[in-house]
Amino acid sequence: MSVEAETNSPSHAASHTSSHASSHGGFAERAHVALNDKPLRANFRRAMDGLMVKRAAQFPDAADLQALRSLGAAIKERALARLPNLLEQLEARCAENGIKVHWAETTEEANRIVLGIFQDHGVKTVVKGKSMVSEEMHLNAFLGKHGIEAIESDLGEYIIQLAGEMPSHIVMPCIHKNKGQIGALFAKHIEGQGYTEDVDELTAAARKVLRDRFAQADAGISGVNFAVAETGTLVLVENEGNGRLSTTLPPLHVAVMGIEKLVETLDDIPPLLALLPRSATGQPITTYVNMITSPRRDGEKDGPREVHLVLLDNGRTRVYADLELRETLRCIRCGACMNHCPVYARVGGHTYDAVYPGPIGKILTPQIAGLDVAGDLPHASSLCNACVEVCPVKIPIADILVRLRREAVRPSPSKAGSGAVKGGGGGWTLSEASAWMGWKWLHANPTLYRLGTRVLALAGNLIPASLPPLKAWTTVRAKPKFAAKTLHQLARERGYDDV
Amino acid sequence: MSDARARILSRLRAAPPSPVPDLPEWRAPRFEASARLEKFRAMFESMKAEVHEVEAADWPLRLRTLLANRGVRAVVHGDGSATGGQLATAWAADPEAPRLVPYDRAIEAWKGELVHGIDAGVTFAIGGIAETGTLILWPTVEEPRLMSLLPPIHVALVAEETIHDSFAEVIAEQGWSKRMPTNIVLVSGPSKTADIEQTLAFGVHGPKELIVLVLRRAEAP
Amino acid sequence: MSAMSKPATVPAERPKTVYYFGTCLVDLFYPNAGMAGMELLRREGLRVVFPQGQTCCGQPARNCGFFEEAREVARAQFDAFPEPWPIVVPSGSCAGMMRVHYPQLFADQPDRDKAEAFAARVFELSWFLVHVLDLKLTDKGEPVTVTWHASCHSMREMGVTDEPKRLLRSLSNVTLVENPRERECCGFGGTFSVRQPEVSAAMVSDKIDALRSTGATEMITGDCGCLMNISGAMEKAGTPMTGRHLAEFLLERG
Repeated sequence: MSVEAETNSPSHAASHTSSHASSHGGFAERAHVALNDKPLRANFRRAMDGLMVKRAAQFPDAADLQALRSLGAAIKERALARLPNLLEQLEARCAENGIKVHWAETTEEANRIVLGIFQDHGVKTVVKGKSMVSEEMHLNAFLGKHGIEAIESDLGEYIIQLAGEMPSHIVMPCIHKNKGQIGALFAKHIEGQGYTEDVDELTAAARKVLRDRFAQADAGISGVNFAVAETGTLVLVENEGNGRLSTTLPPLHVAVMGIEKLVETLDDIPPLLALLPRSATGQPITTYVNMITSPRRDGEKDGPREVHLVLLDNGRTRVYADLELRETLRCIRCGACMNHCPVYARVGGHTYDAVYPGPIGKILTPQIAGLDVAGDLPHASSLCNACVEVCPVKIPIADILVRLRREAVRPSPSKAGSGAVKGGGGGWTLSEASAWMGWKWLHANPTLYRLGTRVLALAGNLIPASLPPLKAWTTVRAKPKFAAKTLHQLARERGYDDV
Repeated sequence: MSDARARILSRLRAAPPSPVPDLPEWRAPRFEASARLEKFRAMFESMKAEVHEVEAADWPLRLRTLLANRGVRAVVHGDGSATGGQLATAWAADPEAPRLVPYDRAIEAWKGELVHGIDAGVTFAIGGIAETGTLILWPTVEEPRLMSLLPPIHVALVAEETIHDSFAEVIAEQGWSKRMPTNIVLVSGPSKTADIEQTLAFGVHGPKELIVLVLRRAEAP
Repeated sequence: MSAMSKPATVPAERPKTVYYFGTCLVDLFYPNAGMAGMELLRREGLRVVFPQGQTCCGQPARNCGFFEEAREVARAQFDAFPEPWPIVVPSGSCAGMMRVHYPQLFADQPDRDKAEAFAARVFELSWFLVHVLDLKLTDKGEPVTVTWHASCHSMREMGVTDEPKRLLRSLSNVTLVENPRERECCGFGGTFSVRQPEVSAAMVSDKIDALRSTGATEMITGDCGCLMNISGAMEKAGTPMTGRHLAEFLLERG
């Protein structure tokens, strides 16, 4: 349970290899593979069921929960409303405190900044606390190409780094793996380590390896859960202590965060802390809440001598430009939406083929990567609203999913002239558009509708089950049976008034 | 770099304004004075930490007993802190006591020893939080950050009267926003993970054990 | 801007006349369920008006992103329900579309006021029976064990919580056994069921397992989309369990 969720955001829908899902094809093709992977489905189902129960136990009082969610939403809404000013304030406070702030419009630029800092300091190895923004940047691969080894230290991230995979959950990155798979992985990659399924032994083996890595590392990388503009403080939550180690033991600390991770004041932190771990993993608080305000000061005996903060845009300013879509940026990366998602629970995180899976990924990824690239994600939802119900900051995920479906069909205008969402407008086919045109024509004209439905009542059952939508429907369901008389007819026959 | 800054800020400023909502009223939980310590203890115990109530003057000897069967050979303590001083004085006469190591140099000068060779660290906490079972560590020059993180056992002292109801109350009452130090850590148990099949395992990176000593005020004569 | 649950409020006076919005799915596939809802209302002494001009709430087009088409169809409903009477709907999903999404869909349209006024009059049937009519039932049926399937939109858009279960429990010969995945989506989701047929199939299959684990012989639900999905899958799989709309069940028993 590394609720080190932290930092950030969107993805790059770049292709990634994963254990169970091919990065080729669309969501449906990848889902096909995942759905037929029995251990994978069992791993997710067990985990999600447990997380839902644990979260519910943390919020026994419905009214308290709603009050807290309203506050959480308002805190993030206020911060977003004042975002440019707060970013400047954060930068000024950080500068006063001795933290150097950098700005990056793209992940490439952010990677270059981080590399530059490391090259200036002759850095060879880096330990990383869990950071979703660094995943978004594909930072490890980038540093590797430039001769710098980045070692993930969160246990789950360490495991998937050994496996050469990407996280399948934003809070619990290796949730798709069971202990047998992890035991085999450790036996293969850790010198002197035999196969075991004992969780304590596996954990101890990782501690031993990583302890040395921490001691040798020239720098640490972390994400940020909340940055406080008022004080210039970076707040990081975690359970393992690897986040504290990464940000305390090496002489240099680089934090990366999306520009939306700001809050106005220190007073905003307690309510958000009351929401994040409880929503994420069903724990009252994480083991550690680490509040970093400056590098090591004169006379202090530990802590990094330099701290850098990289602020990443990567498409967030475009999301910000639309008031409805902007609500996406309230996200505090708790993962409750995926824990409660009936689709995610069945297909797992890799099926989304993106850094951010689940419901939040379904609205974030297409906005960052573009609807032309990730346009099937907004449709991979039954719009059941389970995510909306649990979101601690009340992001209207289902509404945004539908909004993105609309943007794929008819882009709304934007100031930049390129539509509100990147890659919008191409997500329709002539046959689909014609079908909706016909549907409208029939349903906006009551006389035609009554005529049409009567015809269906008489002859609808003759429609063959091999027709496209029915074909998919009838793979696991019986063909729907048209009734002999419509409700319109029955109502009239039984004397119900028309007006 | 500064171009990126200017462009990001200008795009944000070009976006349509949204209302700045008022924050709705919210009050963190409160506890009766009599229930506060019990809540603090119950929360910690549910997270596999130990909580012991001791008379303020007696804690070094009590700690000696508590550590007796844990194979502790070296204990790091603050250099020049009250806590460290009390510990050194009380254990000086005991030849069987674990070796006391003051944190008296910069980490670079003894990284290997602190990373691998110390069994326990003793720190003072400036306060506690009952709601979540939390210690507030405000590291100082005398008691640096890594003392509570690297050794497998972390012992934290907290005065009973500094245990508050909630984090919100602490921040507000103590005016934190005007005086943030280099680092503050809230600690709510030993280091743990559930990354492997949601099975809890302790001591993954930080301390495997957390021992909280609640110092009771001596009774007024 | 955000669509969250928008539970209805009880009118100050008990209405004498109500509109009934049957829904297109009920119209074509489950007219008896629709009729049962009307009969229940009529039996309570209400005048039930069924405008022959009604068609569909517009949800299918809206959910696929075809907002203009959805608005056109919604406007036809504004015209078909001109009087200020409550509009009772035997479907949480269609009710949610009209109550929660009409105001959003028309937020920047000249007929926004009309949409909002219409939305405010929409009630989900079971909620209306419990809170507005205080329906009392006397069970005439044989002992039976049933389980309840809650529709996502009735719960999360219309704020229907335990109303249907209260009605079922009020029937003396009916044993209601709750299923372990009552709050989980059955996998229908309109076009989702044909766009992601395999994920949808996995969801409905798990749903059926949960329903069957109760030992009930019949599943009762308040939404014909879920009904068509779950019953259709049960039929295809040869599951010895049937599904029925709440209104039909209540009318027959009480």
